Amino acid sequence: MRRVAIVGVGMTKFGEEWTRGYRDMLIEAGSRALADCNLHGEEIDALYVGTMAPGSLVGQEHVGALVADFMGLTPIPATRVEAACASGGVALRTGYLAVASGAHDCVVVGGVEKMTDTPGEEVASALGGAGDQEWELFMGATFPAIYALMARRHMFEYGTTEEQMASVAVKNHANAAKNRYAHFQNEITLETVMNSKYIASPLKLFDCSPITDGAAAVVLMPLEKAKRYTSQPIEIVASAQASDALALHSRHCESELHSTKVAAKKAFEQAGISPSDVDVAEVHDCFTIAEIMAIEDIGFFKKGEGGKASQEGRTALGGEIAINTSGGLKGCGHPVGATGVKQAVEVVWQLRGQAEGRQVEGAEIGLTHNVGGSGATAVVHIMKKA
Amino acid sequence: MPSENLAITWRRMPERYRLVGTECQNCKTAYFPARKLCPKCRRKGRIVPRQFSGRGKIYSYTEVFAGPSGFELEVPYLLAIVELEEGPRLTAQIVGVSEKDVKIGDEVEMVFRRIQEDSAEGLIHYGYKFRMRRRG
Repeated sequence: MRRVAIVGVGMTKFGEEWTRGYRDMLIEAGSRALADCNLHGEEIDALYVGTMAPGSLVGQEHVGALVADFMGLTPIPATRVEAACASGGVALRTGYLAVASGAHDCVVVGGVEKMTDTPGEEVASALGGAGDQEWELFMGATFPAIYALMARRHMFEYGTTEEQMASVAVKNHANAAKNRYAHFQNEITLETVMNSKYIASPLKLFDCSPITDGAAAVVLMPLEKAKRYTSQPIEIVASAQASDALALHSRHCESELHSTKVAAKKAFEQAGISPSDVDVAEVHDCFTIAEIMAIEDIGFFKKGEGGKASQEGRTALGGEIAINTSGGLKGCGHPVGATGVKQAVEVVWQLRGQAEGRQVEGAEIGLTHNVGGSGATAVVHIMKKA
Repeated sequence: MPSENLAITWRRMPERYRLVGTECQNCKTAYFPARKLCPKCRRKGRIVPRQFSGRGKIYSYTEVFAGPSGFELEVPYLLAIVELEEGPRLTAQIVGVSEKDVKIGDEVEMVFRRIQEDSAEGLIHYGYKFRMRRRG
């Protein structure tokens, strides 16, 4: 396997972007990533697009070819990758494998979702397809409800509190306020979260990530070629993915994501480092409880101590380990297919020292963690300054 | 989208109406919903139908205030993961009580209920919900 580096990154502003469509956003993000490393279209060998539900959300399938067409990149192979909310992370891994294997020399990986063209209930039903349609959604489960069932279990087993969960939202909004690409540009207080209405108890409105439009893209190359395109290549030193039962009720344990544990363990082995070596991490906080479980299951904190660590500020900028400096899914927004690629964009900015007012000083090693559904897919990447 | 279609409902009747799942005779593991391949034994497994008793315990629960399409008139409702006494867990609504009346570990039993309707003249989908078992 060849060593692989990210040479260019780009993303759109995340938010309710009513003036721009599905294809417009991905083309904007892709163009920025190419400009970032001064790459010309003729040099690109293949394209991978992470996207979850364009068929349900905007009536469009076959988006690999669509993007190649509108980017002016035909006839290169262009492939859609889908793994629910982990579509972006799995697309990144697919692109990584294509370069590492030697199949392609220059690959662009994009992630995109256009969610605000569709009424809220239809978005909820489309996202529900990430779970088990016949045995969860049919019975009235929604994604907030499925994560609420995990939150209740986590509270029961470890004494995690609603205030601890709320502190995750407060921290991620504070980070998002420092990120001009974020959906939300405002800080919030603990009271705002605690006084917001229940969506699925114990999760309240402000425990949930928003419905967001957005796209992100990265350019991958063999490390040996990377220096020709950028003075600061970022090497992908680990890429690991794991699966689990589709329905939450079929899992052995519901207060952890086993897929996260497996993928993280493999990633740390590949990279030859331990969780304490990581300076900055983007983890999958589709709900506040998801960030608490992620920082435990990845190994940053002991099982059951994620809530307390969050409340004590140990995951904030300037804390022990900066978690979700972009604002995470909660503050930066969660255009599902774009999220996994956006996480990589943020970590690259952090490792290059380009993260503006949210820069983690001297960041050398970063990690991204992207989850599909309620944990049936997890994908972890570790990145390092080359 | 994604309203349940007639074919899915027809295929799932034994499970949804009567709580018929499966069991692997090789490793003796019970499965609900039914699995046609034992994930533990795979090709060595021997899958046969199994009738579940309908009794179980609440493993986790939530009160849902924003439901998916088709549940607009149901909210708020209690949704739980129920651990059946034979071992498997499933997702189902709890009826007849409010959130403050339930806790993890409470004993429940299956009841047959209407789950959702396609439209005023469309198919009515039935299936299992659960109610609290009388204590003592």
